[in-house]
Amino acid sequence: MSVLEIKDLHASVILDDETTKPILKGVNLTINSGEVHAIMGPNGSGKSTLASTIAGHPKFQVDSGSVTLDGQNVLEMSVDERARAGLFLAMQYPVEIPGVTTSNFLRSAKTAIDGEAPSLRTWTKDMKASMEKLKIDPAMIQRNVNEGFSGGEKKRHEILQLELLRPKIALLDETDSGLDVDALKVVSEGVNRALTEQNTGIMLITHYTRILRYIKPQFVHVFADGRIVDEGGPELADRLEEEGYDRYMSVAK
Amino acid sequence: MSTTDQTVRHGKEAADKVDGVPTGEDRVAIPGMSQEGEVLQEGRNQAGEPEIKHTKHGDISGVPDSSRAGRFSSYKVEEFPKLTSKLEDWRFTPLKRLKGLDETELTGAAPAVEVVSGEGQVTVTTVGRDDARIGKAGIPEDRVSANAWSAFSEATVISVPANVEADQPLLVDINGSSMDPAAQHIVIETGANSSALVVLRHRGQAVLSQNVEFQVGEGSKLTVVSIQEWDDNSVHASAQQAKIQRDGSLKHVLISLGGDLVRVTPSTRFAAQGGNVEMYGLTFVDEGQHLESRLFVDHSQPRCRSRVTYKSALQGENAHGVWVGDVLIRAEAEGTDTYELNRNLILNDGPRMDSVPNLEIETGLIAGAGHASTTGQLDDEHLYYLMSRGIPEEDARRLVVRGFLFEIIQQIGVESIEEQLRNSVEEELARHEN
Repeated sequence: MSVLEIKDLHASVILDDETTKPILKGVNLTINSGEVHAIMGPNGSGKSTLASTIAGHPKFQVDSGSVTLDGQNVLEMSVDERARAGLFLAMQYPVEIPGVTTSNFLRSAKTAIDGEAPSLRTWTKDMKASMEKLKIDPAMIQRNVNEGFSGGEKKRHEILQLELLRPKIALLDETDSGLDVDALKVVSEGVNRALTEQNTGIMLITHYTRILRYIKPQFVHVFADGRIVDEGGPELADRLEEEGYDRYMSVAK
Repeated sequence: MSTTDQTVRHGKEAADKVDGVPTGEDRVAIPGMSQEGEVLQEGRNQAGEPEIKHTKHGDISGVPDSSRAGRFSSYKVEEFPKLTSKLEDWRFTPLKRLKGLDETELTGAAPAVEVVSGEGQVTVTTVGRDDARIGKAGIPEDRVSANAWSAFSEATVISVPANVEADQPLLVDINGSSMDPAAQHIVIETGANSSALVVLRHRGQAVLSQNVEFQVGEGSKLTVVSIQEWDDNSVHASAQQAKIQRDGSLKHVLISLGGDLVRVTPSTRFAAQGGNVEMYGLTFVDEGQHLESRLFVDHSQPRCRSRVTYKSALQGENAHGVWVGDVLIRAEAEGTDTYELNRNLILNDGPRMDSVPNLEIETGLIAGAGHASTTGQLDDEHLYYLMSRGIPEEDARRLVVRGFLFEIIQQIGVESIEEQLRNSVEEELARHEN
């Protein structure tokens, strides 16, 4: 049983050596193993900044507040230490890394997370099985990381990593964007497997409600102007579907 | 008004933009820089010698080097001006370190040519300089190349007969064992509808000017890998000229790792339409080394395609890398599809990289044309992605640097050679604990 606790988190984006701009303005959120928290909000509200700040992207600086995973101070950890502690961020725009094969990358990541190289036989078997379930072309493994992948392939590759690296808490940053309905189903099934088989806690960042048809959140948080402005159960998502974000835009100001 | 000026103006009218990217003179926004790079001396004559103005492409007096189309070529060394750093073609090269390749008679023994494996379907013969197969791919375009042309006595001819698809790569070692300035001539020819892969691996000690010809026959497919792994004091100038017949295809992979001064000038010309060339390069420039690659793709025929990808890594004091990529699309080369890319990775303080992409377009009726060049340190986003998967920073750097460099090595397609080159690169990296 793990818990990610975010308390009164304030963070800024670093624009250049001298300029920063505040984005997060006091975020409070607790995610336990096996829970799905949907973070919904209009573009530019700071949802992705929240995920990137927790993951430790160097473009963002924490101004105040705390983030802990099972009581450990996440903000004092380097990016790789956070991942080894059990955090995972499925990125909105995964980068292409020329010359590094997907196979080499996945094995390096698994070795780093587990602290030892996986046994070759079970690793190959697990990888094959996960790729098959995510309908990933087996040839992808020999291609360079994300290079020439379609938008859908990139997102499926992120979820493949989620399944193989078995994090305690996963942050999914607009994993649904750029997916057609078939790919959305496949990706959602992968997330649901992590949820039921590994009891992963999920922060599901999305602009649209359509992914919530396949991944059922227990908690829905509305994000506007750098903080959570409303919270509720799945019924809140239905209401957002009908009414949009307009009424929160005025609350946020 | 010279021919060159007219064609530039024509090109401007026809194609100010390609795929939305400005290509005309209007694009140039840096004072003192033209599309061809730095303007060194207004109205400069290449030699100060009036006789250097007759070329196949017209009168270039008064506008030397303003277009690659006007580049002088000759078999005679004395027709080229003496080298100075004011010549566009030589401005980055430390001329003193050429050890006389431009001036002295190249009477030293040429490095030994040894076939390691793959002979059979592909033949390797030594011939005299009057052999009919010599000189079909191009005429020397610089003084050092012409000097070798004047001096060589024997040539190595590698032949792939028509319709033969060689199932083994031909591995050729070129072993130098003398520092006497020498000349060498190598011809690789492919018959119609054949295919082959040839690796030329240069090692040892040499002060060498070399002309290498690739005569790519109709519908044939040739892959050539030229590896420069010389000892630290060696000097090597290699003019590698390709001529591609109709629907022929050439993949050229250049790997420069060792030597004090290595300057390779690969040129590709198309004899007919439908040709395809892919040019890859990897240089690893260490402390004190000068490694230079100057390539040229001459699109003079319609519907040909070219792709250029060159990478270098540099480390240490006075490590100097040079990449110049000239691509010319002549007015008659309608339907051309070209892209050239140069990426340079600076691994620590001290190196210098000069990167000059030149794209000249004389017709707007093309399928695509573009170029890109970047020089910088490791990409933070790449490191971040790997680290966010738990990989420690040091390991992430290793993965990214090797990924950057190995991408070119992956193009070779001979596992034993690829493995050996990966090991060589590892050794280079270990010198500075990268």
